[in-house]
Amino acid sequence: MRKVLLVRFGEVYLKGLNRPYFLKKLTANVRTAVAPIGGHVWLSDSRIYVSGAEDIEECAQRVRKVFGVHSVSYALELEKDFETIAAACVELTKDLSGTFKVLARRSDKSFPMDSMTMAGELGYRVLTANPNLSVDVHKPQHKLNVEIRDYAYVSVGEIPAVGGMPLGTGGRAALLLSGGIDSPVAGYHVMRRGVVVEAIHFQSPPYTSERAKEKVLELAKILGEYGGGMKVHLVPFTNIQMEIHEKCPDAMGTVLMRRYMMRIAEGIARRIHAQALITGESLGQVASQTMEAIGCTDAVVNMPVFRPLIGMDKLEITEQAVKIGSYETSILPYEDCCTVFTPRHPNTKPRPEMVEDAEKALDTEALVRAAIEATEVIRV
Amino acid sequence: MIAYLDNSATTRPIEPVIDAMAECMREGYFNPSSQYAPAVRSEKMLAQCREALLKKVQAREHVCLFTSGGTEANNLAILGSVGAMRGKPPIAVGVTEHPSVLASFAQLEAEGYPVQYIPVTTEGLIDYENFSLHPDTALVSFMQVNNETGALLDLDRFCREVRSMAPKALIHVDGVQGFLRVPLSLKNIDMYTLSAHKIHGPKGVGALLIKKNVKLKARQIGGGQENSLRSGTENTPGIAGLYGAVTHMDISGLEGKKSALLNAIRTLVPEALVNGPLEDSAPHILNMSFPGVRGEVMLHALEEAGVYVSTGSACSSKKRKVSAVLTAMGMDADRAEAALRFSLSPHTTMEEIEYAAKKIGEIYPVLKRFRRK
Repeated sequence: MRKVLLVRFGEVYLKGLNRPYFLKKLTANVRTAVAPIGGHVWLSDSRIYVSGAEDIEECAQRVRKVFGVHSVSYALELEKDFETIAAACVELTKDLSGTFKVLARRSDKSFPMDSMTMAGELGYRVLTANPNLSVDVHKPQHKLNVEIRDYAYVSVGEIPAVGGMPLGTGGRAALLLSGGIDSPVAGYHVMRRGVVVEAIHFQSPPYTSERAKEKVLELAKILGEYGGGMKVHLVPFTNIQMEIHEKCPDAMGTVLMRRYMMRIAEGIARRIHAQALITGESLGQVASQTMEAIGCTDAVVNMPVFRPLIGMDKLEITEQAVKIGSYETSILPYEDCCTVFTPRHPNTKPRPEMVEDAEKALDTEALVRAAIEATEVIRV
Repeated sequence: MIAYLDNSATTRPIEPVIDAMAECMREGYFNPSSQYAPAVRSEKMLAQCREALLKKVQAREHVCLFTSGGTEANNLAILGSVGAMRGKPPIAVGVTEHPSVLASFAQLEAEGYPVQYIPVTTEGLIDYENFSLHPDTALVSFMQVNNETGALLDLDRFCREVRSMAPKALIHVDGVQGFLRVPLSLKNIDMYTLSAHKIHGPKGVGALLIKKNVKLKARQIGGGQENSLRSGTENTPGIAGLYGAVTHMDISGLEGKKSALLNAIRTLVPEALVNGPLEDSAPHILNMSFPGVRGEVMLHALEEAGVYVSTGSACSSKKRKVSAVLTAMGMDADRAEAALRFSLSPHTTMEEIEYAAKKIGEIYPVLKRFRRK
C-alpha cells in the first residue's frame, strides 16, 4: 500500500481524435511541475498518477496549478483484494460525520464484484463501522471513491484544480505585462486555454525604478508557476515617452503611448513566433480603454489582440488576482509609469486621423526598431 | 565610477570593524554570561566597549546599554522612561523627528498622554519663539542632527530652555546622525541614542546612554542582561564592531567636503535650493531641491550614473509620499517633492563629489524639460 495522487482532467475529455496528443502534453506538464520535488508521474487507463514525491501536499499544490487538471485526490494504492479495500475504506472514513456515498468504478472487469455490488457492500462496511455517518446518494457531504484499475485506488474528497487546457496545446502569445492588477489576470486566462505566454514589459528609467522592474519579474514568476516559468522581454521605453511628450499634443499622449507599445509588442511577438497579443484592458476602465482608444491602438497591429478582461469590472478582476496569487505583488507601491508623462486631460475619444496626424512628428519606424533592438530578455 | 553619497542611510563598515567582528565570531564566541574564563573575556570586551564609548563622549554620569540599534534605543528611551512614571504627565517631541521617535509618542498619545509638539522654523531648527512646555512636562525628545536636512540642535540652549520651562523633564536626544560627527556634551542629557551602522560599524547594534538616576521600564524581558533593562544574550560580534567603529571614527576627513559639494552643484545648477540650515548644520548632510524634477526621478537617473543618493530618509522613500520632515518645515509640496539628500562620510573622496556634481549638472537640464503639462 502506498499514498499516491490521483489526477483527474476535465476538458481534455471533449477532444476526439486529438485526445492522445492532449493527454501526452498534460502528462508531460504534470511531470515538469512535480519534477523538482521528485514526483514520479504516469498515465494509465485515462488517469494520471503521481507517486514518490517528498511532500505529497506540496505535490498536490503543484499539480493543482497545471492547466488541464480538473481535480486531484490523495489516494491509497492497494492490492485488488476486497477485504483490503474494505479495511482502507473504513480507515479513511473513521473520523468523518454526516452523509456519504460510495462511488465505485471498475475498469478491470476481471475483478469479481461489479461496481454496484461493490458500492453497496463497501457502504455497508463503512456504515456499520462509523455510527456518525449516514448514506445520501443524491447530495452526500463526503464521496468515497473506489476505482479498480491496475491496482485498487481509494480516496475521499477531491481538491479542485485550475482546469482549462494543457499548456502548449494552444500556441504562443505575448502578454503586455504592466505592474498592475489586470494584466497578470489577462495572461492567466489565456494561459489557461493552453497558450504558452511570454511577457513584454515597458520600462522607463529613471522615471521607473529597479524595484518596479523587480515587481514585474515577480509577477511573471507567479504566472510562470502555472507552467514552467516565463520569459520577460524588458523594453526600454523612456526615449519614446520623451519624444511623445516633446513633439505631440498632450491630450494624445496616452493613446500614442499605447500605439507604440502595441507596435513594439507585435515586433517582439513576431520574433518569438507568437500569434497574438494579450492585454489587460477592460472597456472604459481608463482613458486608453475607451472603445475609441482601443480602436486607435488596434489599428497599428496586424495580429489578433486578446482582451480577456474586456467585460469585467475592477472588483471581479481583483478577486481573480487574489485567487491567482498575483494581487499582493500587484499592489506594491512601485509604479510602472510616471505622472510626468500622464496627460492631465487625456482625449478619451481620439479619432484615427487625429492620432495619425499627431504621430507625424515622430520617426515611428526608427523608434520602434530601436526599442526592439534594445530589449532585454529575462527568464524567471 | 561609483559615488556613494547616502551615508545617512548607512555607512560602509571599515576594515578594523570587519576584522574585530570576524575575530569575535571565530575566537570570542562565548556567551558573556557563562562561567569559564573565555566567557569572562567576552564579558570584558563588552565592558571595554562601554567604557570606550562613554569616554569618547566624556560621559561620567551615564551608563551604556546596548540595543539592536537606533530604533530600539529610541523606543526604550521614550516608552521605557514614560512607562516607569506615575500617572500620565505631559510629554513633548519635535515635529521633524525620526519615525522611531514619532511612532513612540503617537503610541503614548493614543494611551492618553498629552503630547506637545515642538515647532521648527522653515530651516528645520527649533522655533524658540513658539516653543513652550507645560511646567509638569516629564519627557522631551529632540534629535541632535536631523537625518534629512542635517539641521543641528544647539544642545546647550535646548537644555537650558527646556529646564527653564519644565524643570523636572527628562531630556532624550536621538544622536543617531550626530554621534561622533558633531560635538556632544552629555551633561544635561538624560538619555542619548546612537547606532553603529551610521559610523562605519555593523547593522543591528546601537546603544542608549542613560544617566544613572533615570528609571526605565524594560521592554524586553528574560535573562536579566544589560542590568535587566534589555534581556537577551548580548550581540557580541555587533558590539565588537561598534567598539571598532567608535575607536577608529575620525571625522577630520569630512572637513570641507560638504561645501565643496554644495559649491560644485550651485555652479552647475544655479537654481538648486538648499533645504535646511547651512550655518547650524551637520558636516555630512546636504538636502537640496532641483525645481521641476521629482527627487525620485533624479535619484534613479543618478543611480544609472553610479551616484547613490536618497530622497528624504530611506524608510520614508518606500512610502511614496512627500517628506514629512520637509512638510513639517512648512515647505510647499512641489519643492519637497524635488528634494534630494546627499550624505557624506570621512571616506568620501573629492573625486566622488566632483563626479556626482558633474552628473547632476548633466542630468538636471535634460529632466527639467519633462514636466507634466
